[in-house]
Amino acid sequence: MSIPFYVAPEQLVRDKAEFARKGIARGRSILAIEYDRGVLLIAENPSSALHKISEMYDRIAFAGVGKYNEFETLRKAGIRQADLMGYLYSRSDVTAQGIATAFSQTLGSIFSHEMKPYEVEVLICEVGADGEPNRLFKVSYDGTLFDERRFCAIGGKAEALADAVREGFRDDMDLPAAIRLAVQAFRAAEEREPEGWEAAVLDLSNGRRAFRRLGESEITAAIEGGD
Amino acid sequence: MNPSRMPLPLDAPLPGSSFTELLTGLGQAPTWDVPPGAERMLQAPEGTTVLALRYAGGVVMAGDRQATEGTTVAHRRIQKVFPADRYSAVAIAGTAGLAIEMVRLFQVELEHYEKIEGIRLSLEGKANFLARLVRGQLPMVFQGLIVVPLFAGYDEHEERGRLYTFDIVGGRYEERDYGSTGSGSRLAKSYLRTAFRPDLDPSAALRVALGALVAAADEDVATGGPDLRRGILPSVYAVDADGVREVPEDLVREAAEAALEEVR
Repeated sequence: MSIPFYVAPEQLVRDKAEFARKGIARGRSILAIEYDRGVLLIAENPSSALHKISEMYDRIAFAGVGKYNEFETLRKAGIRQADLMGYLYSRSDVTAQGIATAFSQTLGSIFSHEMKPYEVEVLICEVGADGEPNRLFKVSYDGTLFDERRFCAIGGKAEALADAVREGFRDDMDLPAAIRLAVQAFRAAEEREPEGWEAAVLDLSNGRRAFRRLGESEITAAIEGGD
Repeated sequence: MNPSRMPLPLDAPLPGSSFTELLTGLGQAPTWDVPPGAERMLQAPEGTTVLALRYAGGVVMAGDRQATEGTTVAHRRIQKVFPADRYSAVAIAGTAGLAIEMVRLFQVELEHYEKIEGIRLSLEGKANFLARLVRGQLPMVFQGLIVVPLFAGYDEHEERGRLYTFDIVGGRYEERDYGSTGSGSRLAKSYLRTAFRPDLDPSAALRVALGALVAAADEDVATGGPDLRRGILPSVYAVDADGVREVPEDLVREAAEAALEEVR
């Protein structure tokens, strides 16, 4: 009988975390910013077919960075969970907090039980109805759950992005102003000209399903509007 | 099992984009187990007349508001016409409890597919899926619990309104001009046969729809016509290139008054 090598748990966790962080750092970052009527989600994405941002439920959106197949699996699982809850109970019983907690549980257990952790970070955003505050939850590769206010960034350049947004953030920005702030933050954080955008908003004026993708022309118009 | 306690459903049965398959896989699909021979004791509220007709650029769908249980009025204000997604609407006739659950499942299914796949199902795909739900109810038909929907929508590819009728075994039939289902459907259809014109504008289509409902209510006692005294008006939805929307109450009232005047 062979005796397996002993690896200290601290070492194991450190190695897994480092592995996951490296994977996430390779991907492009995503930013969520609150504006006067909702939440803007924006990512640098040269592909117009593969989405990083998508609708999860009536007032809830999902964004993921890292390994595409892994955050895509999580995205679908989140939609299933949300639709199940909404169908079995009521649409109002589906909350960003509930979904973010489920993501946190799942990612946490994958991180500790699987050989290879997921190389992803995800963002769950909810626009508040009836004067309730908006919610921005970030879930990291090991299941750690962060509850953020006003703006939130995920991905390799998350900290640089958040620093750049913090300087320019004002309450009650309109959508074009929020887009301009995000674009500036990406330029500052990446230190190069971004190649293509993917953006969407959660805005209550869109009706029950608050999620709406922004077209390229809308983004360009907002960027040029500020000059 | 409480779904809020279960792990995220990472694996779903094939095809992973169907909500109904997911429910079935988790043992949560709606079922009604009626023991054989018990059908005589069962009397559930039944929805009566719904109809749809095409007009230039879209479809209009209307239904009365009454549910009937034997010879009694069970509900005066139930809703039998529903938006199914952004570009389609569904109406139901038959056992109300089963039918409303079917519509709820259908609505979630369409939205679920759209979110998972990133595109909407084609109008025909939606109709085929609804036919599958009706087919799944077949065992219940022998218990006397029947659901027959009506489906209409705007075909985003062909850029026109289309409508489908169904039968109890899940047969799906595309209708060219108009369709109706429920206890007063024969009366409604005979009205539509004479009043329908292929080039109706939206407001003329609304008048024809209300005329047909009033004609059905006039001779079918199970169908509740517009009840102006109580303020109960039929529910009417229109679907066109801009999507599905409920026709405003004042327009429906106007058309209802005109239709009632006709049969006076």
